[in-house]
Amino acid sequence: MKPFTPEIDWNDKVISVQGLYKSFGSNHVLRGVDLDLYKGENIVVLGRSGTGKSVLIKIIAGLLKPDAGTVNVLGQEVPELGSAELRELRLKIGFCFQNGALYDSMTVSENLAFPLKRNNPKMSADQRRRLIDIVLDAVGLSQTINQMPAELSGGQRKRIGIARTLILRPEIMLYDEPTAGLDPITCTEINSLINEVQKRFKTSSIIITHDLTCARATGDKIAVMKEGAFIRKGDFDAVFSENDDELIREFYDYNFIQ
Amino acid sequence: MEPNDQPEKPLISSKVDAFFLSIYDVFRFIIRFFREVLRPPLEVQEFIRQCFMVGYKSLALISLTGFITGLVFTKQSRPSLAEFGATSWLPSLISIAVIRALAPLVTALICAGKVGSSIGAELASMKVTEQIDAMEVSAINPFKYLVVTRILACTVCLPLLMSYTAVVGMMGSYLDIHLNEQTSFIAFLNKAFANISFLDLASSFIKSVCFGFTIGVVSCYQGFNASQGTTGVGKAANVSVVISMFLIFIEEVLIVQIVNSIR
Repeated sequence: MKPFTPEIDWNDKVISVQGLYKSFGSNHVLRGVDLDLYKGENIVVLGRSGTGKSVLIKIIAGLLKPDAGTVNVLGQEVPELGSAELRELRLKIGFCFQNGALYDSMTVSENLAFPLKRNNPKMSADQRRRLIDIVLDAVGLSQTINQMPAELSGGQRKRIGIARTLILRPEIMLYDEPTAGLDPITCTEINSLINEVQKRFKTSSIIITHDLTCARATGDKIAVMKEGAFIRKGDFDAVFSENDDELIREFYDYNFIQ
Repeated sequence: MEPNDQPEKPLISSKVDAFFLSIYDVFRFIIRFFREVLRPPLEVQEFIRQCFMVGYKSLALISLTGFITGLVFTKQSRPSLAEFGATSWLPSLISIAVIRALAPLVTALICAGKVGSSIGAELASMKVTEQIDAMEVSAINPFKYLVVTRILACTVCLPLLMSYTAVVGMMGSYLDIHLNEQTSFIAFLNKAFANISFLDLASSFIKSVCFGFTIGVVSCYQGFNASQGTTGVGKAANVSVVISMFLIFIEEVLIVQIVNSIR
């Protein structure tokens, strides 16, 4: 169980999503999603595959446009932003993709230097190198600096993906299935890393997962999504204390009994 | 407020609608290219890297095919000209064929196969593994970095490769003519360029610029808009080559018509 996070500022909403709808053709993925994320808070969005969890964070990052609803991130309405304003906002949002999404043709060091070079061209090579060392140290993979992504394990790729987002010092982290496809020990390491990032870099995070161990270890709040809408929100014990919903019962049983 | 649940009815039929929508999409893609190409910052380093990939990495294949094209075309033309005792016209015939048609076409077809498939597959795999989204969320413009540089590299390198193919093709032709007629190199060049006009050189140059632009646009569009996971990567590479080749032949016909009307 994740210990209480005293740093959460309950008066400062960094993300506010209201009445969000999104469809792909006749497939209605999101059906009226409401979500508030406070400064310093980690929210875990739980749900089965295909319920629209990843679509939700892609809309928050401005990668997809919603059909209806409002998405306010750090005081700005994301769907209404122009490309230049959206680019500015994205510097404050870190997005960790399910498989790391590392650039295959670049080494780990080049992967980390790339966003810095593009967004801060005046930064010297020495400064860049120092920042790379800091984030690699934070994810515990300093030794991989000259390796190619193809030489890394799944867990290492995810950690480098997290390091690449941290290098721009984001205020918000969006994790898409951070523990999917990893062994239990690596999952525990990733969970600790998510908490470490929250504490050390003072980030607020949305963590998309269907792994209850990850949810319990990293979430200050859990939001359970079913068929494109949240059916329950609260801390882990509150959400799973009542097993009246079939999805919640199945999730709990599968993760902790089987 | 919940959006309207009713699915939109197609205007003509869903397939015809999709065809016209994809043409509209390609035009928007091209317009975006011209808008982004003029907007700073210029991705010079990536552009040079792409020129190296498109130009230098194609040299070996272009050398072989260009040389063989010139050699074989000369060998095939000799018996017909020999019937009329006109083998001395061979250099002139070959230079017209190579410079006006063979060099631009052979170069473009080789590049459509080699470069087009490689760009299509590379961008498509970046798309399906979310590397393009990763650039977007890192506040990097993936269109400018990936697409603009590749289209520009194809457009710049094709005319250079075409000139090289023409030279190598003429060398292949000279080898055959020298072995059969013992013609000197200077005499070969004098005869070869006697009937080549500025219009021939200019039209070949314009043709290869168009071919290069076409290969770049088609392969980048296919790669950048790939879907369906790994199947989409193969499809993007395949469709890039097929559509590029198809458009190259159509452009060839159109440009030849225009040039002939000027001539």
